[in-house]
Amino acid sequence: MKLDLTRNETLVAAVILAFCLVAALTDPGFLSMPTLTDLLRGGIVLGIFAVGVLVVLVSGGIDVSFTAVAAFAMYTTALGLVTWAPGLPWPVAFLIAMGIGAALGAINGLFIAGFGLPTLIVTLGTLSIYRGFLLTFVGSKLISNLPPAMRDFSRLMMVRGTNADGSFYSLPWAFAFLVGVVVITWTILHRTMLGRSIFAIGGSMESARRIGIPVRATQLFVYVYVGMIAGLAGIIHASMARVANPFDLVGLELSVIAAVVLGGARLAGGYGTLTGTLLGVALIVLVRNSLVVLGIPSTLQSVAIGILILIGTGLPAWQAKRAAARAA
Amino acid sequence: MKRLLAAPEARLAVIAVVIVVGMTILAPGRFLSVQNATSMAFQFPEFAILALAMTITMLTGGIDLSVVGIANLSAIVAALILTRLVPGSESVAWLAVAMLAALVVGLLAGLFNGVAVAVFGLPPILATLGSGLIFTGIAISLTGGSAVMGFPAATAWLGNATLAGVPVPLLLFAVLAAGLAFALARTAFGLRVQMFGTNPLAAHFAGVDVTRLLIRVYIVSGAFGAIAGLVIMSRANSAKADYGSSYLLLAVLIAVLGGVNPYGGYGRVIGVVLAVLCMQFLSSGLNMLGVSNFARELIWGVLLLLVMVVNAGQWPRRRARPRAQKPESP
Repeated sequence: MKLDLTRNETLVAAVILAFCLVAALTDPGFLSMPTLTDLLRGGIVLGIFAVGVLVVLVSGGIDVSFTAVAAFAMYTTALGLVTWAPGLPWPVAFLIAMGIGAALGAINGLFIAGFGLPTLIVTLGTLSIYRGFLLTFVGSKLISNLPPAMRDFSRLMMVRGTNADGSFYSLPWAFAFLVGVVVITWTILHRTMLGRSIFAIGGSMESARRIGIPVRATQLFVYVYVGMIAGLAGIIHASMARVANPFDLVGLELSVIAAVVLGGARLAGGYGTLTGTLLGVALIVLVRNSLVVLGIPSTLQSVAIGILILIGTGLPAWQAKRAAARAA
Repeated sequence: MKRLLAAPEARLAVIAVVIVVGMTILAPGRFLSVQNATSMAFQFPEFAILALAMTITMLTGGIDLSVVGIANLSAIVAALILTRLVPGSESVAWLAVAMLAALVVGLLAGLFNGVAVAVFGLPPILATLGSGLIFTGIAISLTGGSAVMGFPAATAWLGNATLAGVPVPLLLFAVLAAGLAFALARTAFGLRVQMFGTNPLAAHFAGVDVTRLLIRVYIVSGAFGAIAGLVIMSRANSAKADYGSSYLLLAVLIAVLGGVNPYGGYGRVIGVVLAVLCMQFLSSGLNMLGVSNFARELIWGVLLLLVMVVNAGQWPRRRARPRAQKPESP
């Protein structure tokens, strides 16, 4: 079988396998349930964010404001619940957070689809606006007495057990939300006209316009959808951490974008897969959690991620460039 | 009047004047004072120099997300030379060596970015995102993440002294801004940068050595990053891997606010200088009015979007929608 290095999925999967192989050889305890559940748990919030970012990248844009949207939705929902309705069940809290996220996403969409402004600049601006508004007008204090319903949610476990050596492991139900988001997004992207439109405007906006795709409506949908997903990721983050910290999440945006790009999504738009995105997330979480197992000090963690990004995006770019030169 | 306001720079000048007048009325006697002018002149050069670095890469349609990483890494190299190699030495010669080393680190980091973008064809956002992580990571592993302190007294000169009453960092910024403005407006290099930013393919066919040009652009950006790092180190009297992390978005914001087209081709140094002044006037003024840092962030974002909405009408539609008309491949 010939390894197709132009596909990032192959490359990332190979790196993950190699990583696990070396880790298993140096530390026999690496291949165990606790490592797996830690990896999956660490990937929940990052993974949900990454799916949203993938949709934006496929549409040919970029969003750096989603972490601020998530923090805003999470904190506002938690504060509202604690102040007015601590008895509401957790699905309602989740819906409120998703609604707030969608509304903030709509603001992004308004500037991008409405005024035709560059997506990076708009979301850079709204990143500081959402964060500034949250910390100035909503609040900047930690909320640690989350409503009981949210605490109950964080205790719901899909899998729990004890290893032979007595170490405890568990996987929270929050993981099901990541699976759900992936399935819904896959359906939208690959089974609906809307999904075809998102790929089309990412491939060539002008061509999409000429074959009659409603470009602006599609763009607006993309940013509302990302906002909604970010709101969900935010509230899940808060319930898993059992605390709503308005300073959390912001600062994570470049890592998430890095994960998605590692997975093969193109910044120029029109191409990206969910498989690649999830592999990218897995690799980033693996590097974050287990770099020490390979004997690499954790201070070099960002060097490792940086090198992965450069190689992961550099190889396909270099091959594309050589192919173009040969064709010319 | 209408024609006068056609240029983004003119509108920005009006905004700057409005902010000064507004703040003078809101904080009478304090905003328009010698102390405030002096303190502002010491505060803004460090991020203004980073904004200049961002400007030159944006002119080519790229971006440099690694400038802050370069700044910190350069400063840490200089700091380690001063504290580990020649601890306790008060010699100005060693200080010069340390600064030179920082500059070399900046140039090499810029070369790295330039090669990644120009030779390997990586999108600038990704190339500099990745390299920024690497530079920051090296800085962390060199220092273990803690601050490096204990420099000779002369180190403070660059960031804190005055020459004939003018703060040294301000002078440094003025020299760099004037130099960049001259290079962009009056040299072949500047002309090529603008040509490439307007249409890379046309520049290539016009005989511009695109690879060399891009590498030089990122080297200049890296050098500016290193200089900013030295100013930060001198003002903070220490060097640390995570200094100035908020400066990255601020630098992008200032460049765009200054009318630089993020798709390349248009941007003037005078606009960036005016944008820097706007930001600093707003920051100091709001600070005097007792507004929290977070509200400042909110106002910056609103200002950016407002200016963008007004400017967007100005860019030709082709540039505002970059993928709308790709040039045909040869």
